[in-house]
Order: sequence, then structure tokens, then C-alpha cells
Amino acid sequence: MAETARRVYADSAATTRLLPEVLEAMLPYLKDVFGNPSSLHDWGAQAQEAVEQARGQVAALIGGRPEEILFTSCGTESNNFAIKGLARAGQERGKHIVISAVEHFSVLHSARALEKMGFELSVVPVDRHGWVDPDSVARHLREDTILVSVMHANGEVGTIEPIKEIAQVVKGKSKAVFHTDAVATAGTIPVDVAELGVDALSLAANQFYGPKGAAALWLKRGVRIIPYLDGGVQEGGRRAGTENVPAIVGMGVAAEIARRELATRMKKLTPLRRRLIDGVLSRVEHSILTGHPENRLPGNASFCIKFIEGESMLMLLNSRGVAVSSGSACTSRALKASHVLSAMGIPAEVAQSSLLFSLGIDNTEADIDYILGVLPPIVDRLRQMSPLWAKFVKERR
Amino acid sequence: MPIYSEKVMEHFMNPRNVGEIPDADGVGEVGNPICGDMMTFYIKVKDNRLEDVKFKTFGCGAAIAVSSMVSEMAKGKTLDEGMMISNRDVADELGGLPKNKWHCSNLGAEALHKAIEDYRSKQAREA
Repeated sequence: MAETARRVYADSAATTRLLPEVLEAMLPYLKDVFGNPSSLHDWGAQAQEAVEQARGQVAALIGGRPEEILFTSCGTESNNFAIKGLARAGQERGKHIVISAVEHFSVLHSARALEKMGFELSVVPVDRHGWVDPDSVARHLREDTILVSVMHANGEVGTIEPIKEIAQVVKGKSKAVFHTDAVATAGTIPVDVAELGVDALSLAANQFYGPKGAAALWLKRGVRIIPYLDGGVQEGGRRAGTENVPAIVGMGVAAEIARRELATRMKKLTPLRRRLIDGVLSRVEHSILTGHPENRLPGNASFCIKFIEGESMLMLLNSRGVAVSSGSACTSRALKASHVLSAMGIPAEVAQSSLLFSLGIDNTEADIDYILGVLPPIVDRLRQMSPLWAKFVKERR
Repeated sequence: MPIYSEKVMEHFMNPRNVGEIPDADGVGEVGNPICGDMMTFYIKVKDNRLEDVKFKTFGCGAAIAVSSMVSEMAKGKTLDEGMMISNRDVADELGGLPKNKWHCSNLGAEALHKAIEDYRSKQAREA
């Protein structure tokens, strides 16, 4: 790790840190309170009680009932569970599924897997801001549509989707179950299942200062799902496997803190995001903001910095103590540029220059100013090396 | 972020021979920005040797480190020796590359070879 003037973690979309209060709450369950919640003795009962308390706390964060919360191991599991489990539960009624083009891979690839098993998939396009038009969803609905899934917000470009309006369309024009992936929003902006009008919703603890290893699927009472893991009768028989008690306890406490602090966090992050976006766009020429200009996650500032590549920017920022992400092909192990940027109509060579800052509660104005100080020389340095930049400058003359 | 060797990081942080040669004797361009990497190599030839080698690269950390390493390996070599530099040699000199970055070393060697071929075909035309 390089010694730098400042260390700025601006990759909260990847994961957030664990709050000390959350860690404290978890510790007893990593030590003395080790029982299996399924056991009938006192050891088990104590663990069971802790899991149920967390269930209540998580339900409260999203306005659901405790019995509607199913704990899973991560956001990806929640999404797999929802897409595959809800589709399989509905397959006597039809085999058509609708998702948006900017879904997380855990939704997109689950839907593609179902397609191989005989389901039909429609992918709703997005506009240049990554926004899903409810009318466009309406046009894809059919008599035999059994499942619709549109994410609440995209963590990569920050755009918040009109879930309430989409839910109205889905409910008004089809018999489909409506799932939303709220991994990027739950604990970050207000999420209320009744207000949104959804039937199922995924959320993950590590996105709101809880531990990795705990996530949940909220499933409205009465909605049928086919279990994804076969085994015992944990989680009401819908998700088998011994519960990750310490992580679930941590998720509960993190949810309670998030509910309490939500407004304060948003109020802090929004101006920081604005400062970063304005600063980058004014100090770095040929940079563009990706995602919706206003209707976006409070901490998300995502850009394309033309003529250079994302991974090299990421590495140079890292060498100055700044942690970010990129959707460039080189940063993905599959060597494919972000499907989200591509769905938004951003040309492949521009998508290569993607740079994502996702701010969190620890970031300060001084962090933003530090980023704005170190970024322009990094961009200059890489552009001086770039044959694309050289061509552009020649043609500009 | 991929785990890069110390050598890769060193070349990425301090790349050698970045730039263009305005009156280059040969130019080699490979890759395209759509798949992620693009390299242009410029060579200056004197007495059948690579007197100067410079490059410009659009790409990831590995692509930049590979370009830098290729330029350093090629400088001072005869044209035939330059043509013998393989992607494998470059990756070895860099202390290895992550598997999904192997194509970067291919590009580096290819760009150099193209520049040498460009020089040779120009020579052939003049002769």
C-alpha cells in the first residue's frame, strides 16, 4: 500500500465498511452465543431470538412485515432466489419474463438461465440516462407474463428508476409478480414496499454499513416462490441452511441505524456528490456525466473521461490513495465493457473510459477537493500517452 | 484490480519511451479502442538496428507496462532480433501477467513487429 497524502475510499457501491456499533452487536454471536437457531435447547433459542429480532429490524427498514423477510447470503443470492423461484412458481400461468437492460448480472444472468430452460425473456431498453420508461415496460407485457424485474437504482450510473409507476403498469396490465432489486437503494434512500407497490424486493447488508454475508429477500405475504436451496425448513421452509447468525444480527442493527440516519446521510451525501460532479466536469475537459443528472443515488458520481482507459485511471488514482471503480472492459474479468453503459447508447470506446465514484458517510468536502486535485494530472498524463488523444488533438487543429 | 507483478507496476508507474517519433522510419498500429487496447509503435532505424523506439498506448495497466517493456527490450537490437521478441518474452520479462491480460502482451510484440515490417516494406519500395 502506497503512502499518500490522503486516503479516500470512494467505492461504496462495491461495499461499505462495518459500523463499530454493528461489529459490537455481532461479536457475542461469534463467541459465546454460538447456537444453531434450529436447535430446541436454550443455545438454539438464544440464536433464534437474535435472528427474529434482526428480521424485525430489516422489515422496519423497508416497511414490510417481519415474516415477509427471508435471509440469504448476499444480494446475488436474493436476486437468483427471486428470479428463478418466482418464475418457477408461476410457470403454469405462463413462461414470459420481463427485465430491464441495466439489471445487475445476478438478475440478468438468472433470467438468461431461465431462457435456456424454456422461459421467454423480454429486455426493456433504457434511455441515454439509463432510465426505464414505464410505458416501455407496458409495451412488453403479455397475457403470459409471469414475472417483471426492474432494479430500484443502478449502482453503476446512479439512476433511480420509477418503480412505483412501473408497478402500477405491471399490476394494471398483467398478472405478473413484480420484483425490484433494491440492493443499491435499501438503507441509502427511502424504500417502502407498500409505497413502491412491489411483490418482492432484494436488499444486502454490506451496502448500508452492515456485514458481508447477510442479505434478504422481502416477499409479500401470499406470493408463492419455489425454494432455491433444498434442505431443512429454515426461513419458513423457503430457504434451507443454517443461518449466518452473526451476519444476520449485524444486518439487523445496520438496518436500524440506516433507518434512523437515512435523512442525515442523504443530506450529507447529496452536496458532496454535486461538488464532485461539478468539479470533474469543469476541471477535466471531454468528461461526461453518466446516468441521470438529478434523479440519482445521493453518493453516485459516474463519468466517462474520454480518450483514456478506466483501469489505468483506477490504478493511478489508487496510487494517490483514492479507491474507485470502472466499467471498462479491462477492469472486468470477462473483458467486456459495461452492459449498462452500452444499453445507454454510450459507444464502446467511450465506455472504456468509465470512472465511478460512489461516496459514503465517511467522505468529506476535503476528500472531494483532494480527488479534484489529483484527478486532472492523472487524466493529462494518460492522455499524453494515448494515441486516441493524439489523433483527436491533430484533427482539432 | 488485477494482481500485477512488481515489475508490471514499476513500468506502469514509470513507463519508458512514451511518445511519438515525428520522422519515424516505421510505424506499427494494433488493436482498437472498442476491445480495450490500442498501441502505436514508432521506430527509428540506423545500420539495421532499432536506434530509437517510442510508443503511445490507450489501455489498461498491463497494456501500458507491456508497451514500455517492449520498447526497452527492442532498443538497440537488430531488426531480426526485434522480430524475434515474442509475447512470451515480454510477459516473462514483466514477471508474468494475469491470464486475462495475456492479450496485452500479444499486442505489444505485434505492434513492434508491424513497425519493423512497415520499415522493411518502405525500404523494399525504395529499392
